[in-house]
Amino acid sequence: MAGRLSWSAANVARRSFGLQLRGRRQAQLINSRTLSSALGEEQPNFPGSRSKWTEKLEFVQPDLYDGIPVYRVMNRKGEIIDPAYDPKLEKDTLVKMYKRMTMLNTMDRIMYESQRQGRISFYMTNYGEEGTHIGSAAALDDNDLVYGQYREAGVLMWRGFPLDRFMNQCYGNEGDMGKGRQMPVHYGSTEHKFVTISSPLATQMPQAVGTAYAFKRAQNGLCVICYFGEGTSSEGDAHAAFNFSATLDCQSYFCRNNGYAISTPTSEQYRGDGVAARGPAYGMATIRVDGNDVFAVYNATKAARHLAVTENRPVLIEAMTYRIGHHSTSDDSSAYRSVDEVRHWDSTQHPIARLRAHLVQQGYWNEAQEKEWKDDCKRQVMQSFARAERRQKPGWKALFTDVYDDMPEHLQEQYDYMRSHVEEYEDHYPTKHFAKD
Amino acid sequence: MKSLLKLHSLKGFLRPSLPSAIAHGLPGRQSSHFTYVPDTVAEAEGETVRQNLFQSINSALDFALATDDSAVIFGEDVGFGGVFRCTVGLQDKYGKDRVFNTPLCEQGIAGFAIGVAVGGATSIAEMQFADYIFPAFDQIVNEAAKYRYRSGNLFDCGKLTIRAPCGAVGHGALYHSQSPEAYFAHTPGLKIVVPRGPIKAKGLLLSCIRDNNPCIFLEPKVLYRSAVEMVPTKEYTLPLSTADVLDEGDDITLLGWGTQVHVLREVAQIARQQLNLSCEVIDLVTILPWDRQTVFNSVKKTGRLIIAHEAPITNGFGAEIAAAVQNECFLHLEAPIERVCGFDTPFPHVFEPFYLPDKWRCFSAVKKLLNY
Repeated sequence: MAGRLSWSAANVARRSFGLQLRGRRQAQLINSRTLSSALGEEQPNFPGSRSKWTEKLEFVQPDLYDGIPVYRVMNRKGEIIDPAYDPKLEKDTLVKMYKRMTMLNTMDRIMYESQRQGRISFYMTNYGEEGTHIGSAAALDDNDLVYGQYREAGVLMWRGFPLDRFMNQCYGNEGDMGKGRQMPVHYGSTEHKFVTISSPLATQMPQAVGTAYAFKRAQNGLCVICYFGEGTSSEGDAHAAFNFSATLDCQSYFCRNNGYAISTPTSEQYRGDGVAARGPAYGMATIRVDGNDVFAVYNATKAARHLAVTENRPVLIEAMTYRIGHHSTSDDSSAYRSVDEVRHWDSTQHPIARLRAHLVQQGYWNEAQEKEWKDDCKRQVMQSFARAERRQKPGWKALFTDVYDDMPEHLQEQYDYMRSHVEEYEDHYPTKHFAKD
Repeated sequence: MKSLLKLHSLKGFLRPSLPSAIAHGLPGRQSSHFTYVPDTVAEAEGETVRQNLFQSINSALDFALATDDSAVIFGEDVGFGGVFRCTVGLQDKYGKDRVFNTPLCEQGIAGFAIGVAVGGATSIAEMQFADYIFPAFDQIVNEAAKYRYRSGNLFDCGKLTIRAPCGAVGHGALYHSQSPEAYFAHTPGLKIVVPRGPIKAKGLLLSCIRDNNPCIFLEPKVLYRSAVEMVPTKEYTLPLSTADVLDEGDDITLLGWGTQVHVLREVAQIARQQLNLSCEVIDLVTILPWDRQTVFNSVKKTGRLIIAHEAPITNGFGAEIAAAVQNECFLHLEAPIERVCGFDTPFPHVFEPFYLPDKWRCFSAVKKLLNY
């Protein structure tokens, strides 16, 4: 029994962590054929699986192994642990990574406060997860298409999405290319190859597979990356997406596991070994990384992208982090977790602090630069914020357009009706805040 | 692509041919509740071939793949030709990367289909039965329908078409008989189309595939084999959101779609024979956005309207039409608008003959409105 278990554990380990993924299936086939011929017995030939007979009644237990390990490159002090895995990024790239992470952090603080003051209706911060965004975005081709959930603003930040556009979207003003229709933080950009965010969780996951399939057929050399949280992974669409991507041979996934889905801890979200452990069950190459280690995220994403593009295989990356902020401005997380717990992650494991420590060690960053950049960030965000606040809302005809490619007759009639209604009752509508059509 | 069959030529293009309908016997283990009335095309439409509904759909899909290298067809069991034979031969002709099976998961099919369209390719998804489209409801209603609007037209999935066999089939019971069009008709952003026969199906399906909006194409499965027409072999499209006036009349308007159109045509014939009434029969064709003007014009002329559909009556699409017509044609109405529909029950197995809005229930409604 012990022998059987250790064989299984070794096999699971080989499947999950083996770096030599190419030819994995072939090796297994040869392995099992050798075994069966040694026993002189026919193998099971059920079409639904590839395995051997056993005469022992044994359930496969979920705690067969210690959990998929968390890949890291630097420690909490920002020191590279194994130089072989140092991505050796240029100074400019490293500083850019740091600056975009901190810019995101500054924007979050100001927008969060603005919601508290009632100036925007809603906001979601990215505290503690900045490393997952920047590390992964930096490893992608800027033309790779991104499908996100809502807490991935750093990916846009990395790709140069202007501060004004973040602000315009949150204000729903006439500068918003989404035309003020969606709630704040539902960003989207064709130039930055970032598919517009929608609120329903996990819906983007099978969509990302479809796009990856279209890209594979178009042979455009691009990859699709799909971000989601560990709570989202409980949705049926996550299951659909994993299975479709494996059977139809396309694309990559990126899970942010920050410990909470609003108030629900992971202990109430799943009983298996996180999200990563499901990857091999679907036939996906899988890795778990330290999401507060921007280099670990970068390395894993870079390798995943290579696999996805060259072999048309899905890859699952689970980045372990901690959601330092509240779920959203509509949530007070102290109602379900301790302030001490949050403080621990904010003070000892923060991805920004860790990268800063690394930059300082390299001599790429110092206190004076830090202060200057902090002030600069704040000024840029405040200026952009003020510009967005001054802009009026879009012309309200945009309520009726883009439902279809052309406005159908019945919708045109409804618009005409509303226009004459608003003319008659103008005093009762906030028309002065909206652009004239 | 422009419609090859222009709107103004449609009236002559679609001519009733009652006697031949009777010759096309009906399959199934129960006698059918309708007599199929085939459409015919003018000789000017060129070469035709005798095809049933599944064959004409296959022909439309063939043209869709042949004329657009990005187009892909997928769903459960479409690879070997589909459980209703609609995709037969297409995988052999176009390859496994263009016509392929997916895992058995409707929400996955719909989500995948949206993604293919967002990726710039033409996406033709199949739901094996319309009864099983509900797991995909979220993807269709919250995602596909709202993609363009919510993104400010930065992204869209207009290249998406979802095909699904719908409607009564004689013995389909609860989960092989449903007509879910009204669920989707409450969703701005979608187009919903139901053909009544092979000629219409081919042109309308190609229009849906090429329309730049997500379309749901509901195929009355009872017609797959039983509906046979001489279908033009050429590639053609037919306009969406355009209803067809099939029989012109002055006394009463009978409105339906899909299989129900054939029930109504027989009702019109019975009404002519027994009551000397002239009924105007309209096939709505497109549920959303629907052709209100054609319906309003007809009701203003006849003053009476019967809407018939297989789906349950409460909140069925007939309710929307009735409300719109009373609003628009109030002064012209000489009787209340009557809806003859499925009952507010699940679709039953052995009781199907008592459930469907068959010709006798529709005929009874005609008499009721006439005597109002």
